[in-house]
Amino acid sequence: MTTLRMKFATLLAACGLGLAASAAQAQTQTQTLRIATEGAYPPFNFVDAKGELQGFDVEIAKALCTEMKVECTISAQAWDGIIPGLNAGQYDAIVASMSITPARLEAVNFTKPYYQAGAVLVAPKASDLAPTAESLAGKSLGVQRASTYAALIDARFPKADVRLYDKVENHNLDLVTGRIDGVVAQRIAMSKWLESDDGAAFEIKGEAMLDPEILGLGAGIAVRKDDTDLLARLDAALATIKANGVYDEINDRFFPFSMKPAD
Amino acid sequence: MNLQVMIDALPALLGGAGLTLRLVGLALVAGFVMALGVALARLARSPFAWMPAYGFVFFFRGTPLLVQIFLVYYGLSQFAAVRASPFWVVLREPFWCALIAFSLNTAAYTAEIVRGAVQAVPRGQVEAAKAIGMSRLTRMRRIVLPQALRIGLPAYGNEVILLIKASSLASTVTLLDLTGVARTISSVNYMPVELLSMAALIYLTMTFIVTRAFKLAEHLLSGDRRQPPSLAARPGPGSGAVSPGEAK
Repeated sequence: MTTLRMKFATLLAACGLGLAASAAQAQTQTQTLRIATEGAYPPFNFVDAKGELQGFDVEIAKALCTEMKVECTISAQAWDGIIPGLNAGQYDAIVASMSITPARLEAVNFTKPYYQAGAVLVAPKASDLAPTAESLAGKSLGVQRASTYAALIDARFPKADVRLYDKVENHNLDLVTGRIDGVVAQRIAMSKWLESDDGAAFEIKGEAMLDPEILGLGAGIAVRKDDTDLLARLDAALATIKANGVYDEINDRFFPFSMKPAD
Repeated sequence: MNLQVMIDALPALLGGAGLTLRLVGLALVAGFVMALGVALARLARSPFAWMPAYGFVFFFRGTPLLVQIFLVYYGLSQFAAVRASPFWVVLREPFWCALIAFSLNTAAYTAEIVRGAVQAVPRGQVEAAKAIGMSRLTRMRRIVLPQALRIGLPAYGNEVILLIKASSLASTVTLLDLTGVARTISSVNYMPVELLSMAALIYLTMTFIVTRAFKLAEHLLSGDRRQPPSLAARPGPGSGAVSPGEAK
């Protein structure tokens, strides 16, 4: 017991030193903007074969740095400690596909969303279903239980015959067998599935659904609460790259559809 | 605990309980009929009869019910031939898939209960029946089966209760049974404790009724082992001590 407690105390002390050191570093490196990402969430952020960070988040971060005319370093951080690390001053911003949620807003500030995945209706290519309440009335729709997409169906297609599945994988299986007429799920996951052998006979019907009050605001860049100056500069740079085509160019390298949120 | 949430959810949960009862009831009937056949085959001398029956029991007792449901629901539907066959009308419906899996599963367990009960009837009685010239069928009908029923009843009651609880797995193939409704509502209002407690209460009520029903059936079937009430009420001379060899 005593050894355990001593180990714990040493650990605490080590953490304290680490924090102190990084705070000191933050003071000296004001010119360089230090950005954290996760590096384990392809295609948004991942480490390539050469050990370099790549992905949509990384490219957006680089474009923002260019726009703001600052030097940037981008490093990979473990997801579960990424917000504490920001608030401890180890880096200045997180660009890691982080969804803007009320709980996170209590700890950090977010820029406006830089992408929204949205939801899509996927159905057989041969069917004429459309993501409208009339078209889906009486049709069986598969959706993951307890997901925001289930809530989206309730709000948008109240007359659909909803089938609740434990996994996305399972409703896709039933879509293939024809037990259900369509599924509603996250756009990126579904467009990946459409590229698989199973998904070949299916397509996205109509436009993606965004509904921020149900699906959330999308992914934002997190900064420390007191860093209001950086927040304003990031928001301004984001608005610029969304308007001048830089965003679209990056978007098209990664996705066959636009992830750009409306303003 | 939010009581209002629990009360509001009650009608929906009872609707789900209705589906649970339908599934369990039909599976018990279908399973029992199958079990009689399987048990008879299991007791037969010919290896062509007992070996398939043994294999059936071995598989359905030896694999989890969840795996069996998934094999029927997701497994069979993977074959284009199955989807093109006339069986697809039945197999595309989650209700029938769950019912098939439950029936086969309970048939395997029930067959073992029936077999065990038949074998537990004392050999001496069978030999006595043979000695006074009863045919095989008469022996079964008058000596073996009535006693086997009484012997197997407690174990079968257990199986019914187990099936009621296992039926909650129907919620994994999109069915809105009692558990399915509870999980769906709690996924919207984030109050799983309230919803699952309420569902547990309804399951308890069902199993309580089943327990009492089997208790009653056991009582009715053991008339020969009890003292007639008229004798019990009117003790004869020298009463108080039960003489050895008398029924308890």
